[in-house]
Amino acid sequence: MPYPECMHASLLAVEATRARRLKETMPRMSLAAKQQVLESFHPDYRAESFRPLAVGPNRGDRVPHELADLLEARSRIDPAMFDVTRIDYDTDVLILGGGGAGTAAALTAAEQGVRVLLATKLRWGDSNTIMAQGGIQAADKENDSPAQHYLDLVGGGGFVNIPELARALVTDAPAIIRWLEELGVMFDKEPDGTMRTVHGGGTSRRRMHSCRDYTGMEIMRVLRDEARNRGIQVLEFSPAVELLLDESGQCAGAILCDLETEEFFVVRARSTIIATGGMGRLHVQGFPTTNHYGATADGIVLAYRAGARLVFMDTVQYHPTGVAYPEQILGQLVTEKVRGLGAQLLNVEGEQFVNELETRDLVSAAIIRECTQRNRGVVTPTGMLGVWLDTPMIDIKRGPGTTARALPAMVRQYKRYGIDITSEPILVYPTQHYQNGGILINERAETSIPGLYVAGEASGGVHGRNRLMGNSLLDILVFGRRAGQTAARAALQTRLGALTLRHVEQYHHALAATGSLNGLIAPMILPDYTSPASKIRRQGGIPIG
Amino acid sequence: METLVEVLEKQSELNEAVQPRLISISIAGKRYAVPEGLTILKALEYAGYRLVRGVGCRGGFCGACATVYRVADDYRLKIGLACQTMIEENMYLTQIPFYPAQKATYDLRALRPAGDVFIRFYPEILRCLQCNTCRKVCPQDLDVMRYIAAAQRGEVDRVADLSFDCLQCGLCASRCPAEIAHYHVAQLGRRLYGRYRQPLAAHLSRRLAEITEGQFDDELSRLQRMSRQELESLYAQREIEPEETTPAKKDED
Repeated sequence: MPYPECMHASLLAVEATRARRLKETMPRMSLAAKQQVLESFHPDYRAESFRPLAVGPNRGDRVPHELADLLEARSRIDPAMFDVTRIDYDTDVLILGGGGAGTAAALTAAEQGVRVLLATKLRWGDSNTIMAQGGIQAADKENDSPAQHYLDLVGGGGFVNIPELARALVTDAPAIIRWLEELGVMFDKEPDGTMRTVHGGGTSRRRMHSCRDYTGMEIMRVLRDEARNRGIQVLEFSPAVELLLDESGQCAGAILCDLETEEFFVVRARSTIIATGGMGRLHVQGFPTTNHYGATADGIVLAYRAGARLVFMDTVQYHPTGVAYPEQILGQLVTEKVRGLGAQLLNVEGEQFVNELETRDLVSAAIIRECTQRNRGVVTPTGMLGVWLDTPMIDIKRGPGTTARALPAMVRQYKRYGIDITSEPILVYPTQHYQNGGILINERAETSIPGLYVAGEASGGVHGRNRLMGNSLLDILVFGRRAGQTAARAALQTRLGALTLRHVEQYHHALAATGSLNGLIAPMILPDYTSPASKIRRQGGIPIG
Repeated sequence: METLVEVLEKQSELNEAVQPRLISISIAGKRYAVPEGLTILKALEYAGYRLVRGVGCRGGFCGACATVYRVADDYRLKIGLACQTMIEENMYLTQIPFYPAQKATYDLRALRPAGDVFIRFYPEILRCLQCNTCRKVCPQDLDVMRYIAAAQRGEVDRVADLSFDCLQCGLCASRCPAEIAHYHVAQLGRRLYGRYRQPLAAHLSRRLAEITEGQFDDELSRLQRMSRQELESLYAQREIEPEETTPAKKDED
């Protein structure tokens, strides 16, 4: 057995309750009961983990300390010294971010016949998109409808989603799936073309479309392949470090940094789309994260300095099932599709404690309650806590071979550590997963700044205070397409004045005036995971370059 | 009751209390002592590397951290994803942050999923020596050589199925004596399969027609205008479609 001895007794309990649990379903909670569990156990409700912003359009709104630190930091650029008249690239549409949202925006903008430049921090496609395993929602079956999808979306989001955005998401969804089909995305289908769909947490219909458990990767690699076929210009390892405005206050491009040469480049653009993703790598409240290395909230920092408004930045999604054992892959994602396929969540005694298909915020809070207040978590040799996710139930319920066919990535991942998920359960604990809020947009992906558009996780409003599984892959494509369209059309009519960094200067002044300017520099670009000893040895010198 | 932060703090204290054994590894020719039990990626970072290239999702999905290594007293080269492979004593490490490979450009709408489609865009697949090195270096354990053979014969379905789990890390291309970029060949095969070999979903076509006709417009407008109380009560009354428990049909091979 791959699990250490201290966990054996609990494993036996899990096996012993299987026959009984096959017939049992945990009842779902009422809205009132749900609210009570969230308020007592969800990390969003820990008041001391937040503080109000000192400056900017959201002054006074509380956000996690980790984000506030970046929003109260200085720019990498000295606006008094930097020469914005030396223009290195001139384009119609500049897209910041090379994940699913950025690439969908690039394809759509290019269809309009404008010049497109996509700049991305790491390799093109390296993003949270590629890590999204479970699926993409769309109400395209007979017993389903966009209205039903809408209801699930706003119920999951705490009834505060922005209605126009919610409507855009559910209405465009079927057309997005057709777009992907025509691009050659390999969906899980019956031989006659019918989509094989399953439930996700909080869905009332089985509307999760998947590509085995590589859904995001399959979508990403097809979009990227298509963009390469269309010859779209891409700059890799070139994150944006500041937005540029023109004299009239409209967005006019960005300053990029070449990560290898550490040179700064000026891009003048008639339209700019932020598609830089979320903030998982800020490790809010010390949580591990499922997110990509580059998820450092760069787009939020840039847009906020330029005067864009943020929404719901006080809410973070913790994915209920992050890996709690083995230690090497701590915090990595266990896709919700596992629960969609029938795996149950169990405490140390092998008993269910929450319906596994409740919304993510509630399931996370219930796991935290089980491990803390009720003290019925499983303890690992390094002192991590977790609950069981009983993966063998999938083949028991759906027939042998289902797990291998539906979850090949996960089978492979655990096999590396000697765990066979078809015969042994796995240990999980919530992990920081998604930025529910972001830069406020309307249904055309426009922000409050003319010429600036946002798509994907960097934007906020569509998911309210909690996103449902399968609505993120959908979000990046719906609003990536919409942003590409709006930005391209606007670019044809835009005239730019002289470029300026005055907004950065003013932001620095405002921070200094309120005494909130800290010693940090933002955007972060990349997290620093070197050892404490290594950090100490680097101190005192000036970084090379 | 302990708060979450307290629980996490206690855990990190516990973690600090357990002093891990240090083992010796070599990174690009230099020696470092790092705690055992780390992945290659975390060992590089522990040693002080602030990674820009050769790191990506850190979860085994993006293929950015393809790594070549060997261990002492063994001439054989081994491979792995740095984020998924554990370090061993006396490991000699290097990463392959970028490896050039040519991708053909094509208009998918103008192609047919059969015949010489692969040879047309990637004639070099005919140079395959059947050395099987591509398969041996694949960190995903894919049978790369077999899908290249299928591509030579124009078997789109086989190429698509055998290559589905490909992360496009490029290790196959880095070692191929025939200079084939296998992962680009596979991408063409999967797109042909998805576009032409799988029928479009008929239920999706019907739904698209209904949306175009505006069938859901009134209901959506009503939902958009509803008060929170009305939405809550509607949400509480949702009927939840039962979970499918009958075994799904087996995939066609």
